[in-house]
Amino acid sequence: MDNQELNNRLQQIKDKLIDIEQTTDKRIYLLCESQNSYEVCRFLFEDLGLRFAIATGIDSDDCFEVLYHFSNDQSGHVVTVKAFIRDRENPSIESISPFLPGAEWIEREIHDILGIEIKNHPNMRRLILHDDWPEGVYPMRKKSPLRNEGTVI
Amino acid sequence: MKKTIQKPVLAVGPFHPLQEEMEYFQLTVDGEIVTDIDVRISYNHRGIEGISETLQFDQVPYLVSRVCGICSASHPLAYINAVEEIAGITAPERAQYIRVIINELERVHSHLLWVGLGGHFIGYDTVFMWAWKYREPVLDLLEEITGNRNNYGNVRVGGCREDIPDEIIPKILKELDVVEKKTEMLTKAVLDDPVLHARLKGVGILSKEDAVKYAVTGPTARGSDVAIDVRADDPYAAYGDLDWKVISQPEGDVFAKAVVRLLETLESIKMVKEAVKKLPKGPIAIEVKEIPPGEGCGHAEAPRGETFHYVRSDGGNRPVRHKIRAPSYVNVPSFRASCIGEHIADVTLTLAAVDPCYSCTERLAVVDSHHNLVHDYNTLLQMSRDKTARIRKEIGAPELKMEDF
Repeated sequence: MDNQELNNRLQQIKDKLIDIEQTTDKRIYLLCESQNSYEVCRFLFEDLGLRFAIATGIDSDDCFEVLYHFSNDQSGHVVTVKAFIRDRENPSIESISPFLPGAEWIEREIHDILGIEIKNHPNMRRLILHDDWPEGVYPMRKKSPLRNEGTVI
Repeated sequence: MKKTIQKPVLAVGPFHPLQEEMEYFQLTVDGEIVTDIDVRISYNHRGIEGISETLQFDQVPYLVSRVCGICSASHPLAYINAVEEIAGITAPERAQYIRVIINELERVHSHLLWVGLGGHFIGYDTVFMWAWKYREPVLDLLEEITGNRNNYGNVRVGGCREDIPDEIIPKILKELDVVEKKTEMLTKAVLDDPVLHARLKGVGILSKEDAVKYAVTGPTARGSDVAIDVRADDPYAAYGDLDWKVISQPEGDVFAKAVVRLLETLESIKMVKEAVKKLPKGPIAIEVKEIPPGEGCGHAEAPRGETFHYVRSDGGNRPVRHKIRAPSYVNVPSFRASCIGEHIADVTLTLAAVDPCYSCTERLAVVDSHHNLVHDYNTLLQMSRDKTARIRKEIGAPELKMEDF
């Protein structure tokens, strides 16, 4: 799939998106609400055949963000789905692992470090936190007591 | 009366005295056959993503080169790609070539290391000795250029830290000629060896479909007919200017992965030679004052596969978020697809074929609940080697001698 075709195909999912941003020639960001992230990711992986690279969880000031990075290896584009989770009290997002087993680990990791609930995940156990780690303490949250006291995790 | 059947479990890991990474594999076995696999990681969580947010943009490359000792050129390069994308700058041409040279030398020594260890696991210790012997001059070259055998710390935002002096170029070419000849011989020996064919073919197959689903990268993907390579797909540094080809094999087994790595080593040597000859004159770095707000995705092809870095800047002097994805993070879960249904004697090798880190194989223990047997690492290694010896005897192959290389 070349550059032109990729841009055309991305228009098909436009109604699920807030916006499409292109920062450089080969970097495209698809902004969406967390409710639509499953459908957008499924479209990119199954319909467009993009390769899943990784996901990034971010604690922004007013919301949580989960970024799903996909790569179109034929044209070298990295297409990132940026899903906003507005509910800071009970953050949650739909799991993409049912159709993309390669995302299983990173979703468990995002749950561990940011406390975002991953709905319908096939194997939700801790991945990077120790079994004795206290419940409800999330090391990568900005307001985590661990970060501010400078504790070595 | 209800009878509970306890399944024998094979525990692989988690501690290894030589590696910085630890992993734990729990294999459920039925006799000799593996029926399920469970992986636990992060025994040694170093919090690098968190530490990165406390460092300045210039300091981060030295941190991320310590993500992995072997990939200590590709992690900083992927990070630099992301930051240079945010800042909208391009490093001088000479720096781009130096980046290629360091990264390809890294690939040569990493692949030779893997070939050696692969040989060790199946009882080909001659291959181990020779592959590591050929690897040594490559590390010496890296030391001469950057000052270190590993953790080169040679890239920085806007260019490189150390130049390659013109005086050592003839030496680089001379040493590489020797390594190339030896690697060609090693490749030929592997491709022609009937024992290796019998031992490695059809073992630990990762189908193309599974390779896509598990999103694997690098030689693990290219061994399964997924011809992806960041260097060719989204060229960074000077890869776009050089003449080379992406190696892939259709079979998906351990043999295919070995062939991919050996042929890739030769391609890398060719690439370094071309880059050294073409090395443009000029400065090796430009001044970078500040990094504007924004976000960038940088990726680079490490010896094991794609290294992916996502960096977000708010205009300050530190990244506000820095996500690092090492290739093993996506390659290791593919064991679910490649190990189930395999023999225990082949699992050591299948796990090693992905080149994850060898922590997994050093402390193996088989617990058979019926017979109260415990096999340790040495026993399992012996099982793997015995199988090679058995195959060698069956097909009447001669013993491998030092003189063969």
